[in-house]
Amino acid sequence: MLDAQTDAATEKTLEIQGITKSFGAVHALSDISFTVNRGEWIAIMGPSGSGKTTMINIIGCMDRPTSGAVILDGEDVSSLSAEELTVIRRDKIGLVFQQFHLVPYLTAVENVMVAQYYHSLVDENEALQALDRVGLLERARHLPRQLSGGEQQRVCVARALINSPKLILADEPTGNLDESNGKIVMDLFRQLHAEGSTIVVVTHDPDVAACAEKTIVLEYGRLARITDNPPQTGKVEQAGETAQTTLDKQA
Amino acid sequence: MPPKTLKTKNKTFLFRMLAMSLVRRRSRMAVALVGIAIGATVLLGMVSISYDIPRQMSLEFRSYGANMVFVSAAGAQVALADAEQARKLLPAEQLVGMTPFRYLNIRHNRVPYTAVGTDFAAVQKTSPYWQVSGEWPKGPNEVLAGADAAEYARLKPGMELAIDGVNSKGSRFRGKIRVSGVVKTGGKEDGFFFMALPDMEKLTGESGVADVIELSLSAAEADLKQLAGAVHETVPSLEARLVRRVTQSEAAVLGKLKMLVTLVTGIVLVLTMICVATTMMTVVMERRYEIGLKKALGAGSRAIAREFLAEGLVLGLAGGLLGGVCGLLFAQLISVEVFARTVSLRLNFIPVTVLVSALVTMTACFWPVRRAMRVDPAVVLRGE
Repeated sequence: MLDAQTDAATEKTLEIQGITKSFGAVHALSDISFTVNRGEWIAIMGPSGSGKTTMINIIGCMDRPTSGAVILDGEDVSSLSAEELTVIRRDKIGLVFQQFHLVPYLTAVENVMVAQYYHSLVDENEALQALDRVGLLERARHLPRQLSGGEQQRVCVARALINSPKLILADEPTGNLDESNGKIVMDLFRQLHAEGSTIVVVTHDPDVAACAEKTIVLEYGRLARITDNPPQTGKVEQAGETAQTTLDKQA
Repeated sequence: MPPKTLKTKNKTFLFRMLAMSLVRRRSRMAVALVGIAIGATVLLGMVSISYDIPRQMSLEFRSYGANMVFVSAAGAQVALADAEQARKLLPAEQLVGMTPFRYLNIRHNRVPYTAVGTDFAAVQKTSPYWQVSGEWPKGPNEVLAGADAAEYARLKPGMELAIDGVNSKGSRFRGKIRVSGVVKTGGKEDGFFFMALPDMEKLTGESGVADVIELSLSAAEADLKQLAGAVHETVPSLEARLVRRVTQSEAAVLGKLKMLVTLVTGIVLVLTMICVATTMMTVVMERRYEIGLKKALGAGSRAIAREFLAEGLVLGLAGGLLGGVCGLLFAQLISVEVFARTVSLRLNFIPVTVLVSALVTMTACFWPVRRAMRVDPAVVLRGE
């Protein structure tokens, strides 16, 4: 029993093994390697042109590396076809975007149901529960244009969570939000992390990166350093019971 | 394998997405819908007119005179009894008129003229282009003088003149006729005197024959040929001939008109396709991020194609239905304006129009859908 718990704790959700990505003569990424364990929250930082976008495309299964391996949930996805990558994205990744990208003619709950529709089966009650989880049950029947930026981003988070993905991949999740809404969204990420979600956040904001356990810094397409961030107050307390309850609910 | 009810839930959600896409983006969809509806309107209008053109033009051509004549197969005169027997072979609804003409040489003041015995009521049907000044003959011995003959003999409506001549048996006859009107056709008729056939029979003492019977039939050349054959077969003494200058020009005009309508219909279909394809292409470009998002969420290319084709299908069906109804009105309008007659409304054309419209729209969606399928899901990241 003890061994099983230890295995689960060290289970690798994502392994990046010496990947490079070239566009003709331009090397966007060179020999990058790192690991994201299950339940871990890491941030990827770097200035413009450092290869962040290429990195997120590869982690999000929207692009393939020129060489090296990307192991997601034990499966090497680095040489899969576009259609196979679509299946991996659908089953294993929850995406949160800087510009929210909600379908403009669908309500908040319908936007969450879109992810269910492409994943497996739609369940409106489950979608409403996901909105409740991000504190938006009251706004479930509103169209995106009737929601504030922060609310739209929370719908985006609910949509990312709805299929219980192995990895939540967030691209500048607070990039288009003011400070107060940014804080609400980051609190939501803290809560998800406490509940056991594995999160990768790509950001240029040091405050957002500081919320993660580790920060991976890219410079000129190379891995400059990996730093461990000091634990934040209140983070540990939120884990435990809440996480277990939510996982039970999802199961 | 998910249970059937859950699968149905997914289908219901697809319809919900489709409905919301059409309803909440109605201004954009309206542009596409109007394009398709206009195409369908012109299509149905043109097809209706094209279908009705033979009927309309046939009636129109009947005002240009006879298109068939009965003459004696032996080169003699035609017995009116034989002509009556042949009349029974002709479809009553197609027979506009049948007019006997009997030619007779007469003299007035020692000047020879040609008198023609006929049926004035029938002439007005088979030759509606005759222009008569004065009145059509009503009483006994009243005649129409051809314009040239009247001018030569200095005759006016109301004047009487003495005539004489010799019948086919060599017996001389004399009589008096009264000019009730002067006829002008621009043809050989302008040199003749026209009298009622019974008056001529009385004058000459010979009855029951005519030299030629002119017929006006509302039928196409091929049908006329068939009828002519049937007449000769049943009444061998008669030979039915087509008036080629009328039937052939009718066929030629009809053929050209039909070709023109077909061409216009084809062009309209192509234009509709281009209009729909352009609109759908714009829709795809506008919804690049939405398509990218759906792909990022795990939608396969087929699922994206299915959604766009379903939208195209709904637009095609709705536009086809709208255009079908408008098309009937359009056809009516054109027919009244051009032919001064109403077109027969064929409601069964509407489902065909809806079907063609849906097919054209789906075909037009082909290229935009292919483009949508190729949208890179990475567009949703960092607004690329």
